[in-house]
Amino acid sequence: MIQINNVSKWYDKFQVLNNCSTVINKGEVVVICGPSGSGKSTLIKTVNALEDFQQGDIIVNGISLSQKGIDLPKLRSRVGMVFQNFELFPHLNISENLVLAQIKVLKRQKTEALERGLKMLNRVGLSTHKNKFPGQLSGGQQQRVAIARALCMDPIIMLFDEPTSALDPEMVGEVLDVIVSLAEEGMTMMCVTHEMGFAKKVSHRVIFMDHGAIIEDLKSADFFGNNKKISPRATEFLSKIIQH
Amino acid sequence: MSTFFDWQIFFKDTGAGQTYLQWLLNAWAWTLLVSICAWIIALILGVSVGIIRTLQNQFIVFLGNAWAEVFRNIPLIIQIFIWYHVIPSLFITLRHVPSFILVVVALGLFTSARISEQVKAGIESLPKGQRQAAMALGFSNFQTYRYILLPLAFRIILPPLTSESMNIIKNSSVAFAVSVSELTMFALQAGEETSRNIEIFLATTCLYFVSTLFVNQLSQFLERRVKIPGTFGGDK
Ligand SMILES: Nc1ncnc2c1ncn2[C@@H]1O[C@H](COP(=O)(O)OP(=O)(O)OP(=O)(O)O)[C@@H](O)[C@H]1O
Ligand SMILES: [Mg+2]
Repeated sequence: MIQINNVSKWYDKFQVLNNCSTVINKGEVVVICGPSGSGKSTLIKTVNALEDFQQGDIIVNGISLSQKGIDLPKLRSRVGMVFQNFELFPHLNISENLVLAQIKVLKRQKTEALERGLKMLNRVGLSTHKNKFPGQLSGGQQQRVAIARALCMDPIIMLFDEPTSALDPEMVGEVLDVIVSLAEEGMTMMCVTHEMGFAKKVSHRVIFMDHGAIIEDLKSADFFGNNKKISPRATEFLSKIIQH
Repeated sequence: MSTFFDWQIFFKDTGAGQTYLQWLLNAWAWTLLVSICAWIIALILGVSVGIIRTLQNQFIVFLGNAWAEVFRNIPLIIQIFIWYHVIPSLFITLRHVPSFILVVVALGLFTSARISEQVKAGIESLPKGQRQAAMALGFSNFQTYRYILLPLAFRIILPPLTSESMNIIKNSSVAFAVSVSELTMFALQAGEETSRNIEIFLATTCLYFVSTLFVNQLSQFLERRVKIPGTFGGDK
């Protein structure tokens, strides 16, 4: 469903992505981890063309991103993205946050959009908050709304960029539960996270990045197993975050 | 005190078939007319140029910046004289344009540069993630500005925009320099004719004050209306 082929990206002379290649199949859950600054965010943002790249190619649902003149808004509307800082629109209430893109981008009718929005809101367990504004919700609630907002667009894949790292510890669980339930339903996902317990539980595959390169791309069982399949660099990283 | 203030002066005939009070009110109307027309121009151009200055296209950004620097850095009175004296001598067809229009254009462009600066700063002060979140949902560039960035930026720049609107009323006083018969012109001429500078200037000052106060109140009302619940200062 998504093919990343030898993608490289530079900011001036500084290389942020170094010849990255991987394939994400339908229904697969792939966790991306690695030290800060290793290019994780940049990599997943190239998938919905929020970041461009200078070399290689990415193919999303049959569409090559290196082509000129592709309809980026249309492509992005089908790729759900959840950010570290939620990024709900603060001037719109929860219902409006959920319906705006459905109406303006997918050209759905208002009633249809609202129905879909409330269904997704219900799914993340927040139906009673539909008339509140983002600033009136807790971080965990906001992030669940952000997930619902992405789901409203009927995405073919969901991208998560550290969805729980801006949350207070007691709210991490409620957000991860939503993501786990999505995984169980067979949603295709790429998720940057440092929550290794969660990664072990939901992921089919783990990608480990360092200095812009994909160092490991292993089945989850192999990555977390005790059989020394992974590089010393990844082992060191794992031991560091598991200590914390 | 009754000999110190002689308010009767306003009911005296100016010799041109109207009282000084009528002249004063008439002058006030010109001040407001100049200000409102200039404000409309300033707002439309200022917002457009401000937006342009936040786009990705280097060339367009350069043009927007150049606009802002030119109109911001030349004193207003000089700009008005340029529109009044220099431009008509270069473009003959502009020779018969009324000075009211020239003043409105000059004041509008001058203020547009300042508003563009505020709009740009307002948009740039928004978290980068807001733009990305909008793009990620499939909004076009236009939709991102229309539905997300501008409504947010507008709320942020409302206070500086208010002082800019108050400035435009005060700055409209330079129109007297090219013989638009607005408040300042009235004050100078009527003061001289009647030798009652105290009353004339008090009345004039008062009308400027009332005008700007009204703008300020209007803007505070607007600010309360658009406050976002759950944010600093908004309802809980
Ligand atoms: N606009 C930019 N200009 C220059 N360098 C940048 C820019 N954006 C990111 N970088 C650099 O690119 C590298 C990769 O950034 P990226 O955000 O992808 O890392 P990350 O793995 O997501 O890190 P973190 O865990 O801190 O989120 C970093 O070294 C960062 O400093
Ligand atoms: Mg990151």
